[in-house]
Amino acid sequence: MSITDKTAAVPAPRGGDHTGPLLEVKDLHVEFHTRDGVAKAVNGVNYSVNAGETLAVLGESGSGKSVTAQAVMGILDMPPGKIPQGEILFRGEDMLKMSEEERRKIRGRKIAMIFQDALSSLNPVLNVGYQLGEMFRVHHGMSKKDAKVKAIELMDKVKIPAAKARVNDYPHQFSGGMRQRIMIAMALALEPDLIIADEPTTALDVTVQAQVMDLLAELQQEYNMGLILITHDLGVVADVADKIAVMYAGRIVEQAPVHELYKRPAHPYTRGLLDSIPRLDQKGQELYAIKGLPPNLLKVPTGCAFNPRCPKADDICRTEIPALVPVTEQDGADLPGRKSACHFWKETIHG
Amino acid sequence: MADLSTNDEAVAAALDAPVGRGEPILQVRGLKKHFPLTQGILFKKQVGAVKAVDGVSFDLYQGETLGIVGESGCGKSTVAKLLMNLERATAGEVFYKGQDITKLSGRALKAVRRNIQMVFQDPYTSLNPRMTVGDIIGEPFDIHPEVAPKGDRRRKVQELLDVVGLNPEYINRYPHQFSGGQRQRIGIARGLALNPEIIICDEPVSALDVSVQAQVINLMEKLQDEFNLSYVFIAHDLSIVRHISDRVGVMYLGKMAEIGTDEQIYEHPTHPYTQALLSAVPVPDPEARAHRERIILTGDVPSPANPPSGCSFRTRCWKAQDKCATEVPVLAVPQRFQGEDTPAAHFSACHFAEEKQVVPAG
Amino acid sequence: MPDVTKTATAVEDAVATPSVDASAPAAKQEKARSLWGDAWADLRRNPYFIVSSILIALLLLVSAWPTLFTSASPTAGDLVHHFLSKPELSKVGSPEWLGYDQQGRSVYARLIHGTRASVTVGVAVTAIVTILGGVLGMIAGYFGGWVDALLSRLTDVFFGIPFLLGSMVVLQAFVERTVWVVVFALAFLGWTQITRVMRGAVITVKQADYVHAAKALGAGTVRILFRHILPNAMAPVIVVATIALGGYISAEATLSFLGLGLAAPTVSWGVDISAGVAQIRVAPHVLLWPSIMLSLTVLAFIMLGEAVRNALDPKLR
Repeated sequence: MSITDKTAAVPAPRGGDHTGPLLEVKDLHVEFHTRDGVAKAVNGVNYSVNAGETLAVLGESGSGKSVTAQAVMGILDMPPGKIPQGEILFRGEDMLKMSEEERRKIRGRKIAMIFQDALSSLNPVLNVGYQLGEMFRVHHGMSKKDAKVKAIELMDKVKIPAAKARVNDYPHQFSGGMRQRIMIAMALALEPDLIIADEPTTALDVTVQAQVMDLLAELQQEYNMGLILITHDLGVVADVADKIAVMYAGRIVEQAPVHELYKRPAHPYTRGLLDSIPRLDQKGQELYAIKGLPPNLLKVPTGCAFNPRCPKADDICRTEIPALVPVTEQDGADLPGRKSACHFWKETIHG
Repeated sequence: MADLSTNDEAVAAALDAPVGRGEPILQVRGLKKHFPLTQGILFKKQVGAVKAVDGVSFDLYQGETLGIVGESGCGKSTVAKLLMNLERATAGEVFYKGQDITKLSGRALKAVRRNIQMVFQDPYTSLNPRMTVGDIIGEPFDIHPEVAPKGDRRRKVQELLDVVGLNPEYINRYPHQFSGGQRQRIGIARGLALNPEIIICDEPVSALDVSVQAQVINLMEKLQDEFNLSYVFIAHDLSIVRHISDRVGVMYLGKMAEIGTDEQIYEHPTHPYTQALLSAVPVPDPEARAHRERIILTGDVPSPANPPSGCSFRTRCWKAQDKCATEVPVLAVPQRFQGEDTPAAHFSACHFAEEKQVVPAG
Repeated sequence: MPDVTKTATAVEDAVATPSVDASAPAAKQEKARSLWGDAWADLRRNPYFIVSSILIALLLLVSAWPTLFTSASPTAGDLVHHFLSKPELSKVGSPEWLGYDQQGRSVYARLIHGTRASVTVGVAVTAIVTILGGVLGMIAGYFGGWVDALLSRLTDVFFGIPFLLGSMVVLQAFVERTVWVVVFALAFLGWTQITRVMRGAVITVKQADYVHAAKALGAGTVRILFRHILPNAMAPVIVVATIALGGYISAEATLSFLGLGLAAPTVSWGVDISAGVAQIRVAPHVLLWPSIMLSLTVLAFIMLGEAVRNALDPKLR
């Protein structure tokens, strides 16, 4: 499998005697208290990322993919957000139990985040050199001059042409792709162990998208970082991810290594998604369409949240929430890393 | 044409004439839109122009879907606005049944509007939040009362809701009570109300969730067959454009780089920009990522206020030579393919056009 | 569209059927809730809104029918018995309740009868300013180009004149200063604020796709302006106008206090405050009660404006 190949080739994990995953999310719940009731955005999510590994979290709007990431990063708006239960273990330590001071030390230094909209994430009245250098001044106590040198180094690293000349430019003077590179440079500044990228290329054009994804993958290799890629784009995921978690209505409905997922989906939602996107290399007649609408988080259907839209739904789906269980071959042989939360996963993957 | 356009009656009569299937219904010739860049507060002085659309020509045939693809800033949305007469063209013509609609105004323009309608990108801003769904879909009948008698309108609106797959009882609800996909259906119903011949779709599904996109695409294909519509389908998503289009035009920096049937463009592209664009599209198949050649373009799209001389793509092109900086390539069948019976023989604006397969065979 | 009916049942596969639509049952009860309806639902639960609207309703009632609240005359003085008498707070609603002023007139009666002047000035100035500024702002914002340039520069010129100072100058031109003269003086300089707000709102709304959609359907300028732009551009204007109303009332009081606005025998809070200052040491109540009324009124309108702003702000939804 590609994951093992990849991790063997890179240097050993840095910093720490902790063995096991870099980040582990356990049974995380997030809810929002609104005027119209309690919106259950995340309902028991489990996932883990190792150093050097890319986990893609795939889902549509309202699936809870971004909320989970915000909870990990500790930038969830609370209130109205609330984490009633769950653990977020970073190198084995539960971040939800840490003090605000301890969390701040991890944020930026150990875990960094890249957002979709680079223009609104950068301060428009400060030049990019200053903003990049800020990391070094604040965290490492560097002088202004040294920080600027470091900033130029970083801009070179993310392949911004003429970095030296452009270090004093302001964010609006850069194109969308270049701004996203600056965001990446900022996230990289303190060489974090984990990067969370929330739809990093969604706002970019296809030709620029490819450049940015390539850069991200290259830097990840170089620094042996963990990467959580949050996206709705099945194409982007196929190009870079090692393993995928598919989310629907605040739960992970399927988890699998990337090749496996595309070859044999074990959840009707994943299958529906794969069938419903038009392919560049195929000209089909009619697209398969998942019927119905994404769920309203204030009124998640009982049982399996996907049941009103599922072609396989039966009585049990309307009453019992399916657990995320390991998926096996027809003869019972293990399929490492594969899980599905469907009462009928056997029929879906093997049928 | 110019003298005819002053005669409203004659225009209206000409517009009612049917166009046979496969004949051109819309002919765009040398269309240009330059937005002036001005300085000064009260007395404005023009200091330059953003050449958003800079000489675009194509035909739309009756009953077909013409896809227009390109990156942001290539001018594809401005083309949509020009075709709809929402912006006045700086130069060029758009012939609809022989009438140059860019020069029309008043009643003649209103008559054209009945036949050319639009579906917008953002279903959240394209519906007036203060109006009910019934008012939104019924508005075309208020503006063109001759289409439906007053007593008939409520029934017509409910029929339209049904046609686009919404519950006709939703007639009194407001847009914010619907999801994105449902709103886009409302927008489509409004576009259909006047029974138009052409619908200009500006990124109609790009704001929707993946699982809902397919529903809307299928609906649009179904409606095309049922009402014999011609679509101009503008999008940045090459996969969706391939799925829905009969012919495809690729735009770069306000110009058409290449145009042909979907097979010619996707399987036999000859313009380097098209090739780069296609190779950059992520394919949802991890097997493909190993044996796929990707052309990663360097740099960004130049500013349309100051486009490069000669071929506008030359600053990012790996084939660029001196000739590209001095001579603007024309959109025509490249010389080397002329007279040959190959799919590569289609319009391509490149001095060094050559075929290159970039999409893995499906 | 004659061929619609035959396709009516053809689209069932891709459709959000009622059983799938999670929001369908709820929509039955809250049918046709418009944005204004949503705002109203929000306001009803806002204590600031409740308090301020009760206050404002009371003020309007008092100014419309002052005799419902007191039978005493605001102008009849009795210097023999009542010269600067202290308030008798236990006698709620009686002429002597809030004491007497330096001419032996009931402070309570003057308070009640003075409401009309303040409320009239506030409401009239706001109405004129909203209509005038709204129309100008709409024209400037919608048509743009040189019309906008001209109107905007004109607005800037008027905006540059200090509001109170300018009103004083205007008032100097009149010998007799009635309520309507004060209204004119305040409206003369007050319209710029609404014009600017309206222009900004119209420019934003003008770019919305639903306006393009209406144009694409062939809608005329009047339809676009009144059916699409105005309803969507009105929210910020309403908020600003409500808050400004309080400001105009206090401006009237300020002008009257300075002796440039209303003057005796007109009954107004500003006039009374002005007169009360002279007695501040001997009889502070003459100054106190009209000042409290003025502050409460201004506060009520500002609170109402804030409540409406919060209810209409789409970002909080």
